[in-house]
Amino acid sequence: MVQIEFSITNQILEVFLRGNFIHFNDDNSIAKLMSAASSKNIRQIHITASSLEQWDTSLATVLFNLYKLAAHRQIDVTTSNMPSNLQRLVRLALLVNRKPPQNKEVCESFFASVGSLTLVILANIKKTFLFIIDVWHSIERLFSAQATMRKIDWLYALEDCTYRAVGIVSLVSFMVGLILAFVGAIQLKSFGAQIYVSSLVAIGMTRIMGAIMVGVVMAGRTGAAYAASIGSMQVNEEVDALKTMGISSTDFLVLPRITALVLSMPILTILADFMGILGGFAVGVLTLNIPPEEYLLYTHKALSLTNFWVGIFHSFVFGIIISLCGCFYGINCGRNADSVGFATTKAVVSSIVWMIVATGFITLIFEVLGI
Amino acid sequence: MIAKTPQIIVKNLTIAYGDFVLLKKLNFSINKGDIFIIMGGSGCGKSSLLHVLTGLVPASKGHIIIDNIDFTASTKAEQDKLMQRCGILYQSGALFSSMTLAENVALPLQQYSNYSDKFIRELVEFKLSLVGLAGFGDYFPSEISGGMKKRAGLARALALDPSIVYFDEPSAGLDPVSSKLLDDLILDINQSLGTTIVIVTHELESIFNIGTNSIFLDANIKQIGARGNPKELLKNPPNSEVARFLTRGGK
Repeated sequence: MVQIEFSITNQILEVFLRGNFIHFNDDNSIAKLMSAASSKNIRQIHITASSLEQWDTSLATVLFNLYKLAAHRQIDVTTSNMPSNLQRLVRLALLVNRKPPQNKEVCESFFASVGSLTLVILANIKKTFLFIIDVWHSIERLFSAQATMRKIDWLYALEDCTYRAVGIVSLVSFMVGLILAFVGAIQLKSFGAQIYVSSLVAIGMTRIMGAIMVGVVMAGRTGAAYAASIGSMQVNEEVDALKTMGISSTDFLVLPRITALVLSMPILTILADFMGILGGFAVGVLTLNIPPEEYLLYTHKALSLTNFWVGIFHSFVFGIIISLCGCFYGINCGRNADSVGFATTKAVVSSIVWMIVATGFITLIFEVLGI
Repeated sequence: MIAKTPQIIVKNLTIAYGDFVLLKKLNFSINKGDIFIIMGGSGCGKSSLLHVLTGLVPASKGHIIIDNIDFTASTKAEQDKLMQRCGILYQSGALFSSMTLAENVALPLQQYSNYSDKFIRELVEFKLSLVGLAGFGDYFPSEISGGMKKRAGLARALALDPSIVYFDEPSAGLDPVSSKLLDDLILDINQSLGTTIVIVTHELESIFNIGTNSIFLDANIKQIGARGNPKELLKNPPNSEVARFLTRGGK
């Protein structure tokens, strides 16, 4: 029977430990003991362990708390028949050789918080601009054949964002073309104008949807991979190793990825345009009963070089945004495993947000220019 | 003199990866309350042996008997139950980076004990105090030094009062003072709780300071090259490999 008993005699708290104290978890008796020890009348605590059998750290924890309370109240603790190893263990825990430097919870006033946040935002904006300038210098070095960029890295990056991405880009674009056709048909059918589904899909895919879908897929696929791979290199101090060797990490890590993605985005967009039109064609021919020749004829009529180049321009801008975001968050990743996850998430989210912002601006500018 | 009881018995253990045999026919036992050192040069299979002892990698042949239960012949569930009696301190501390030190230490207690949340908090504070980290419970692993991470890892390894604690290169990456502090802590825990300690290391200072028994793994013969108290092995090395290892290639 596990028992922790106590009595108070002449302002001395007598504690008796009896039995087996393995996995001792009698919260009530512990609370009563602590309450008695906190009493102002108590001038000394005496622990008797003559009937103590087995014990583990649950008992040591109770005694540790009792000793701490006694030390706080500046009262003596004496023992009799206490096992020497139990005493040694409690003493070891009480030997605190180091305290945290300061209390972690620092409450800032509202204005101080706003100030701190502003400073953080300004620092981040500065960091972003410095990174963009660094990339710009790196591109200059590339054109003057002075950049430390390995061809194999560039080819590997190019392979990764071209033919390895073909499958997923094709599937997603085909489905988007399919959806566009279905959605357009709902309204156009009521006017008997379902043939214009082909125009809708052709214009929609080439002008913007193809580029946007490739952008979203590549942000999730390649942008995230850039942030994760460069972030892991940051954690493993590989980026530091490059810097100490005098090699620009932007030349070595960022440049091959940016150039590969910016070059491959227009190619993937052309593929996406084609697959989207194919998706629309499948819906038009198979479910709207439009003759294939007629569908192709109207598609051909709707396609314009202007729309095509607008789409390609979008893809080029999206390529820059995705690769910059991925590499920026990778290079600025923290030093632990968690921060790689954060960097990846931030890279994907900010890529998509900036792509939408850029699309808004480009659409507005083209509208003003009448393109 | 009272004979010590063996707590871990290793019989004819072979560790192989595919056709590549790393260690073969290992036979040794680890007594209750011992500080047992598994030593040897780089690549001799120390860490692989530790992985097999802790069930991370299955043994190719042979048996490991822990507290009279055949660990190698047990089911996964039985092995998991048996491993609750064991604590492991990994080389880097292996603390969960998304959790505070207190949450790291509390995790096994919440998982496997019936203590109340309040008592778990008190136990966690005690374990952290035991390893000299009182007051650091709210810190994240990224906010403390390498030595402190190892001590926090030890607090987590000790959470369930294991009867065996395995250490993988405890001194790796530590300065001499931190390394000595960790050695002292291992000794204190061994003596106050009677815990059996199994340490994989090639740190000679620690081997001689705290080791009570040891085996030397010889990469050339893929077997145990020597066994016994490390200080005795230094005095009377059974072969030149052991002598070279224990004297940093001196003899």
